Amino acid sequence: MLGKALTGGKKYWMWIILLGAVILAGFASYLLQLKFGLGITGMGRNVSWGLYISNFTFFVGVAASAVMVVLPYYLHNYKEFGKITVFGEFLAVSAVIMTILFIFVDLGQPARVLNIIRYPSPESILFWDMIVLNIYLLLNLIIGWQTLNAERNAEPQPAWIKPLVILSIPWAISIHTVTAFIYSGLSARPFWLTAILAPRFLASAFASGPAILILLCFIVKRLARFDAGREVIQKIAQIIAYAMVINIFLSLVEIFTVFYSNIPEHSLYARLLLFGINGHLLLSPWMWVSFVLGWASAILLVNPQTRKNDTILVAACIAIIISIWIEKGLGLVVSGFIPSPLGEITKYIPTTHEIAITAGIYGIGLLVLTILIKIAIAVKKEAES
Amino acid sequence: MLDRRKFLKLTGSSIAGLSLSSAFNILPKGLFANTPKQKITSYIRKWGMTVDLDACAKRPGCRDCIDACNIIHNIPDLGSPKEEVKWIWKSPYPTVFPEHIHIINREEIKNLPVMVLCNHCDNPPCVKVCPTKATWKREDGIIMMDYHRCIGCRYCMAACPYGARSFNWFDPRLFLKTVYQDFPTRTKGVVEKCNFCEERLVRGLLPACVEVCKENALIFGDLAVIDSDVTKMLKQRHSIVRKPHLGTEPKVFYIL
Repeated sequence: MLGKALTGGKKYWMWIILLGAVILAGFASYLLQLKFGLGITGMGRNVSWGLYISNFTFFVGVAASAVMVVLPYYLHNYKEFGKITVFGEFLAVSAVIMTILFIFVDLGQPARVLNIIRYPSPESILFWDMIVLNIYLLLNLIIGWQTLNAERNAEPQPAWIKPLVILSIPWAISIHTVTAFIYSGLSARPFWLTAILAPRFLASAFASGPAILILLCFIVKRLARFDAGREVIQKIAQIIAYAMVINIFLSLVEIFTVFYSNIPEHSLYARLLLFGINGHLLLSPWMWVSFVLGWASAILLVNPQTRKNDTILVAACIAIIISIWIEKGLGLVVSGFIPSPLGEITKYIPTTHEIAITAGIYGIGLLVLTILIKIAIAVKKEAES
Repeated sequence: MLDRRKFLKLTGSSIAGLSLSSAFNILPKGLFANTPKQKITSYIRKWGMTVDLDACAKRPGCRDCIDACNIIHNIPDLGSPKEEVKWIWKSPYPTVFPEHIHIINREEIKNLPVMVLCNHCDNPPCVKVCPTKATWKREDGIIMMDYHRCIGCRYCMAACPYGARSFNWFDPRLFLKTVYQDFPTRTKGVVEKCNFCEERLVRGLLPACVEVCKENALIFGDLAVIDSDVTKMLKQRHSIVRKPHLGTEPKVFYIL
């Protein structure tokens, strides 16, 4: 089936070349980082995790969100989603690959990465995250590939695939829960020390991941003339709407507890994040952009009139992706470090190399996604005709 | 802290000079009593330190302890606060003890410099999170670092409530004026921190910062011994630790 990725029009190859160029540029910057150290990034002793770990967190959510199309199809027999479950699974595959790469480029000694396996440390949440992410990658690859294979040969799914699919549902929840536990178990960072972090992560994931899936559906409809169908897209849009509403609710709940209890070591983070300090805005403008985009798109998607308009739907999906990317990345990961344990307020600005490396990983993710989706559509079209 | 002192007193007097191993601390008494043949064969130390704030403040601007530490541990001088590597340094009182400031005395207290370093917690959050066991707690309570195993994920830095850990954002060897031969240099991409001068302790020497302090503001010793300097200091004077509510049980105590 892989051969199907090698046949494409001019536009397809231009896109592949563009992605290749972005990946190469990122790789060049990574070589520099390897040579000189992580000092070439904007990170430092106070803000010691930045753009890489922010993106890692966001894309774990995207990966987990595949469950939102898999679950209705396999558990509730919602047949319409059968057309796109494989898209969800392949989106998960490319997102998990990105998360693994984001962790990898964040390591100071990447050559020693296998130490995580050589010296297994079950007390460390990172150890468990490594396990759940890799198994999730494998699950989705196997399920997605096998689904497609069955479709190509016009035969039913083999019996052994069903237990794997059922397993992949709680597994999706687990990857984002474990990722939340990386943060929410740290006594050192009051900003992250909240039991609703995992539920918040899941809610935001189930809004942002399916939003990417809808965009993907519109893109393949236009470029590959593969129509997922209006009903499917509207159903996903509903899922996004309610996930987003829950996400907003959870963040307001968090804000209430933090500000009403007014314990300085908790409220200071939120205050800095939302309002800055002494005229320094820090990350606050980003957060307000995130709020406005998030709330506006939630309203647009809950309201059936606006949701059913494709243009508004696409705009709302883009808004949700931006909103949640800011919320989880800058708003959650970076903010947890400001102020530092000794009260220092540090500005974090990613460097050009850091952004190039990040873009390179986006390039790899998009390349994997493009190839997998291209194969999937070719198989689906063959099966139809 | 009272509990610990009471415990030290008890063990100190009952087992003449010897102390129970740290592993026994956590065993319920009944369990221990049921194994009478258990012999106490090894003597386990519990290193700790006191920092006398008033004594330290007698020499404003003094940085003898910092310099001594930096030299013998090959700590690079990067000249930039963003990538700085620090094992022991000074920080203003309100940043070290935010829970111990109140409306009275604030100005006086604000000016008090406080030496900060790794607390060698009894309950170290950094050790728990390390995915490769590159940082671990020794029997004598020292939190160690394996610079050859660390993968540089910096999870321990996120987990340390005291900001005691530094990462080598660049190759530290490029920023060393002289290399002190008795201690290893580090490579880029690994985390490091104060080691209570364990390389000196094995030779029977005090930590360098303690040794060079002209005001005896730093006192180091065995918390498991009833009449060690550090235990006596803790008995006689009022002490606080950083962020006690987190349950990390620091072994660096501040004398007020």
